[in-house]
Amino acid sequence: MIDNAKRLGRRLLPQFVALAMILVLIRIVFPDFFSIEIQNGRLYGSLIDILNRGAPVALLAVGMTVVIATKGIDLSVGAVMAICGAVAAASSVRGDPLLLTLVLAVGTGLICGVWNGFLVSVLNIQPIIATLVLMVAGRGIAQLVTEGAILTFNDPGLIFVGSGSFLGLPMPVVIWLVFGIAVALLVRRTALGMLIEAVGINRRASTLSGIQTPLLLMAAYMLSGLCAAIAGLIVTADIRGADANNAGLWLELDAILAVVVGGTSLLGGRFSIVASLIGAMIIQAVNTGILSSGFPPEFNLIIKAAIIVIILVIQSPRVQAGMTFLSRKSVRRDTAEQSVQ
Amino acid sequence: MKLKTALASATILAACMFGSASAADLTIGFSQIGSESGWRAAETTLTKQQAEKRGIDLKFADAQQKQENQIKALRSFIAQGVDAILIAPVVATGWDEVLTEAKDAEIPVILLDRTVDSKDDLYLTAVTSDLVHEGNVAGKWLVDATAGKPCNVVELQGTTGSSPAIDRKKGFEEALKGHDNLKIVRSQTGDFTRTKGKEVMESFLKAEDGGKNICALYAHNDDMAVGAIQAIKEAGLKPGKDILVVSIDAVPDIFQAMAAGEANATVELTPNMAGPALDALEAFLKDGTKPAKWIQTESKLYTQADDPQKVYEEKKGLGY
Repeated sequence: MIDNAKRLGRRLLPQFVALAMILVLIRIVFPDFFSIEIQNGRLYGSLIDILNRGAPVALLAVGMTVVIATKGIDLSVGAVMAICGAVAAASSVRGDPLLLTLVLAVGTGLICGVWNGFLVSVLNIQPIIATLVLMVAGRGIAQLVTEGAILTFNDPGLIFVGSGSFLGLPMPVVIWLVFGIAVALLVRRTALGMLIEAVGINRRASTLSGIQTPLLLMAAYMLSGLCAAIAGLIVTADIRGADANNAGLWLELDAILAVVVGGTSLLGGRFSIVASLIGAMIIQAVNTGILSSGFPPEFNLIIKAAIIVIILVIQSPRVQAGMTFLSRKSVRRDTAEQSVQ
Repeated sequence: MKLKTALASATILAACMFGSASAADLTIGFSQIGSESGWRAAETTLTKQQAEKRGIDLKFADAQQKQENQIKALRSFIAQGVDAILIAPVVATGWDEVLTEAKDAEIPVILLDRTVDSKDDLYLTAVTSDLVHEGNVAGKWLVDATAGKPCNVVELQGTTGSSPAIDRKKGFEEALKGHDNLKIVRSQTGDFTRTKGKEVMESFLKAEDGGKNICALYAHNDDMAVGAIQAIKEAGLKPGKDILVVSIDAVPDIFQAMAAGEANATVELTPNMAGPALDALEAFLKDGTKPAKWIQTESKLYTQADDPQKVYEEKKGLGY
């Protein structure tokens, strides 16, 4: 048990270090960054903003991690967010009860996942192409649902999903924390995680050894669709309207980036959901930091790119190997010196 | 189907051509970019309404954001021998050839809401709004509203590098020049969207002492303002009172916010580009009055005093 925790700690160390470094960096530029107060019965501050605004990418990263672990990729999540948001808004405007609205939105996400899963696992189409279909078509579908306008609604229940609070935390934070931890436990406390890794490393061998590969792939894409549906609900509820053009735009790339920053290989196999969640927070910390710092907006993307490159360089196998080499050497020197003494 | 209609209208036109061209039996082709935004949908609706009001037969072609489709549509209008062509060009370049064809066929072309970089004798006139002027109107309102009191302004810019973002910023800053009580303390891009508008406003509020340092918000479009209004409310402040809100576009939702007292003013980017265009065209066809090469649409200022609820009801059905 302690061994496990230690291993997890070592696995997550680079991500934690990166996150801490970024937070300290922002604190230097913007002194009030760490201050948190209670306003209207909820926590209020820049750190809470990071947790809150990072919710969509964190949720997407959960599904994306599992899909990437199976050696796949899901480019459609941003578009699926737009579709599910549109479905939720349309249902709310029609006057459906909250529960039905939520079920419809989540159901739509699952159907999108089944579509992707069908293309990948049954028809054997390469994941990047298979999910590209829905990425391109998805926004069109969402626009059909909203009829091209921003569909606004006033249902307090649905709005609560985006801007309510629970135990002082904004609702989106509660949702992604609970959901992320639940999925992480599900895959790590059962054999599921290992089976997913097996499929990602060698699909053929896994099938031959008796794993229901198509079913597992289908489930992975459905999970990704489910995550996108919840993320879509959050962004739609946050602005009290479904914006088919912009909801989740380019977030699939942020989600993939979160997984990569989290140290999961795009080639499939070993994965860590918790690391991806931290990756999502790193990305959001950079975004929020740039907004707080007061630099002119022309610099936003340059700063973001520079920070991400630095993080990736630190995590690259070469640099990691070099660092291990150096630390081993120094350890050896220490022991050598000790033995001399 | 398309060929049939084309043939049919061509025959009808050939029959009409020898008659006098009064407004009653005008046929006009309209090549629209597509349906990229609510504003454009409203422009299409209003163009159709304007044509109907004047008894003009409007042939509508949706280009789905592609220039090649617009060029095709223009060629088909020329082949049908329409009396005039309205076009909202999707890009600025590459129109010389097809515009020359229209000129050779003696069909006047009017540009709506965007311009092209072809020589200006290839089209009759261009009807557009002045983006710098819009920013200016918004700035002047704020200068009057603050009446010399010191005021820290935060600005939500449009997509970085886009012409509305550059020009609306420029116009606003020009209006503020010489009024030292007004200071833009923070300016960030909100990408013209509600989500980003809300997120950036949240960071502004935190950076400026929980919003106590901010007295006004200027947003380059209404959608960002709507998002920012929610952020201000969630921070426990009153938008429209604690923080003045002025934005541009005049989409229906901002009028709802104004009716609730949460937004103060908006500058209209009118979707009725076809009205002035058709006025100019009718005058030209009647007695050959050449309009100016650029017709600037009005950038009307709406405030809470303009019965926002009524304007909202009027605008709601336009397809925004």
